[in-house]
Amino acid sequence: MTVSVAFDKARAEGRAALVGYLPAGFPDVRRGIEALTAMVDAGCDVIEVGLPYSDPVMDGPTVQAAAQQAIDRGFRTTDVLRTVEAVAATGTPTVVMTYWNPVERYGVDRFARDLAAAGGAGLITPDLTPDADPHWPAAADAHGLDKIYLVAPSSTDARIAMTTAACRGFVYATAVMGVTGARATTSELAGPLVARTKAATDLPVGVGLGVSNGDQAAELAAKDGIGADGVIVGSAFVRTLLDHPDDPAAGLRALTALTEDLADGVRRGSRG
Amino acid sequence: MTTDVSTFDADDRGWFGDFGGRFMPEALVAALDELTAAWQEAMADPAFVAEFDAILREYAGVPSLLYDATRLTEKVGGARILLKREDLNHTGAHKIRNVLGQALLTRRMGKKRVIAETGAGQHGVASATAAAYFGLDCTVYMGSVDTKRQALNVARMELLGARVVPVDSGSATLKDAINEALRDWVSTVDHTAYLFGTAAGPHPFPTMVRDFTRGIGDEARAQCLELTGRLPDAIAACVGGGSNAIGLFTAFLGDPDVRIYGFEPGGDGVETGRHAATITAGDSGVLHGARTFVLQDEDGQTIESHSISAGLDYPGVGPQHAHLAKSGRADYLPITDAQAMDALALLARSEGIIAAIESAHALAGAFDVARELGPDGLVLVNLSGRGDKDMETAREWFGLGKAARE
Repeated sequence: MTVSVAFDKARAEGRAALVGYLPAGFPDVRRGIEALTAMVDAGCDVIEVGLPYSDPVMDGPTVQAAAQQAIDRGFRTTDVLRTVEAVAATGTPTVVMTYWNPVERYGVDRFARDLAAAGGAGLITPDLTPDADPHWPAAADAHGLDKIYLVAPSSTDARIAMTTAACRGFVYATAVMGVTGARATTSELAGPLVARTKAATDLPVGVGLGVSNGDQAAELAAKDGIGADGVIVGSAFVRTLLDHPDDPAAGLRALTALTEDLADGVRRGSRG
Repeated sequence: MTTDVSTFDADDRGWFGDFGGRFMPEALVAALDELTAAWQEAMADPAFVAEFDAILREYAGVPSLLYDATRLTEKVGGARILLKREDLNHTGAHKIRNVLGQALLTRRMGKKRVIAETGAGQHGVASATAAAYFGLDCTVYMGSVDTKRQALNVARMELLGARVVPVDSGSATLKDAINEALRDWVSTVDHTAYLFGTAAGPHPFPTMVRDFTRGIGDEARAQCLELTGRLPDAIAACVGGGSNAIGLFTAFLGDPDVRIYGFEPGGDGVETGRHAATITAGDSGVLHGARTFVLQDEDGQTIESHSISAGLDYPGVGPQHAHLAKSGRADYLPITDAQAMDALALLARSEGIIAAIESAHALAGAFDVARELGPDGLVLVNLSGRGDKDMETAREWFGLGKAARE
């Protein structure tokens, strides 16, 4: 399994792919799987499952709060694999997004093997750049997993070239200088970063950090504009569930509505 | 005979053997590369080095004394004990060396704002001091548990012109303050420098902080030779993140006959699980940008540390210490809260010096080394800070202050 399947399909339909994120174990493992499945049913092309971690330096308050809930309820690393297995069974490419230490602790090769066995497509590593450590690329290659590294507005062209050369699946472009969290407007840094990244690679470029509605998704996906191949949404999904703590059914309905709005956005973008 | 000290040093990518490196978001890599280049240029620039030395001398009270603690030596009943008096520095600890170095570098890089994390507040106070001295805007992140415990240090930082931001996330202590400072930095990196408080974190911080604190050992080695005509048999420092320890150790790494001891916070005892003895009881992992020893559970989630000394209460440790431990060049041993407090009292009553509880860990460990060495031996201890900040803890521990309450 690789996320390329989903990006190829979206490209064939002349649109960007919608990539949706939730941390595993939030609000609990079972309901987390229900929520991610609802996102698949409503139009997410790729699912990112987060691995809640005690020291999430790239996350803003929304994702931190969700991850902390999961940890407080006894989240274990194996819960991510259970979640991936359930979501990947829908046929939608599913990747894990994780800080590095839980993987190192689990055992890098063992994690790669178990993730592949669960049907996972690969790993997004927000605090592991390709030059940080050689163990992950070796394990990922051995188990046929996608390696999705981040590029940032502050990345030099040389680092973008090095990073994209190490990626498999897609390249994750962080469109703002800052932590995760929904933002009212699309960053003016997104366009130049996507252009610089596309100049370095033929891989699809997913753009994340800050997207919260269909209009922003359309703006990122617009072929004559920013031209993202994928629109990545995290905090807005998390927020939706956080806003419905006592009414899971209403939470799922709101999640479906948000997904549909975003899925419409990535399609509108291709027309505009 | 000397040893090739380069084996104890980092390679050009910040790896000390298996430890160190740079596990950081890509967004911060450009800034870390810029910082690395600026620091290396500065250290090779005689004008920068001269200005740093002058500021330390004229403003911070450096070089600190090397004190021959004869009454303490007599009480302990073993080797002669020398104390490197970093407690006499401006702001009361070795930390002023690091912040003045980093702030001077910040000015050289043309940045106008600094951020820092702090646990008990000592590095925050030192950072606020350096910011005031250099006219920089300063924001200090501090866990909300710590702002409550250390209200006086919050006031100190504010009086010095810094903004103190309480951090509620995670365990609301030092490690979370570091996380929040990194989150600030990722959004402000174009005009802001992160004054990291210890010789840990991603490359170049472990090596850069060591460069700014290594004066402790350089001075102590020369002072010891002048005072006694020989090198010590052993040197000792406390290790939390490890900046005072690496500052002392560096000058002695090439002296194979000098035994090097780092004393870790053993809290209630390592066997109780309530401690911060990272090298003694932690496992290899990645925390705050470096591979090092980390207190973590079986899933790699960071475990909260415990120590009576807030300055040592950190679940990681500088990667060079991890390397020195693994290579066997230095020994790292735990000292319990009770041992440290006994040493604090013994020093106060025998020499009239109230040490920081951090430094009391080094003293307690050094007493054991001194007894082992016997009267012909010579032990040099880094008294890294003064204990004024710890009086509330000492009052509770020893039941002091009864006269005031009667």
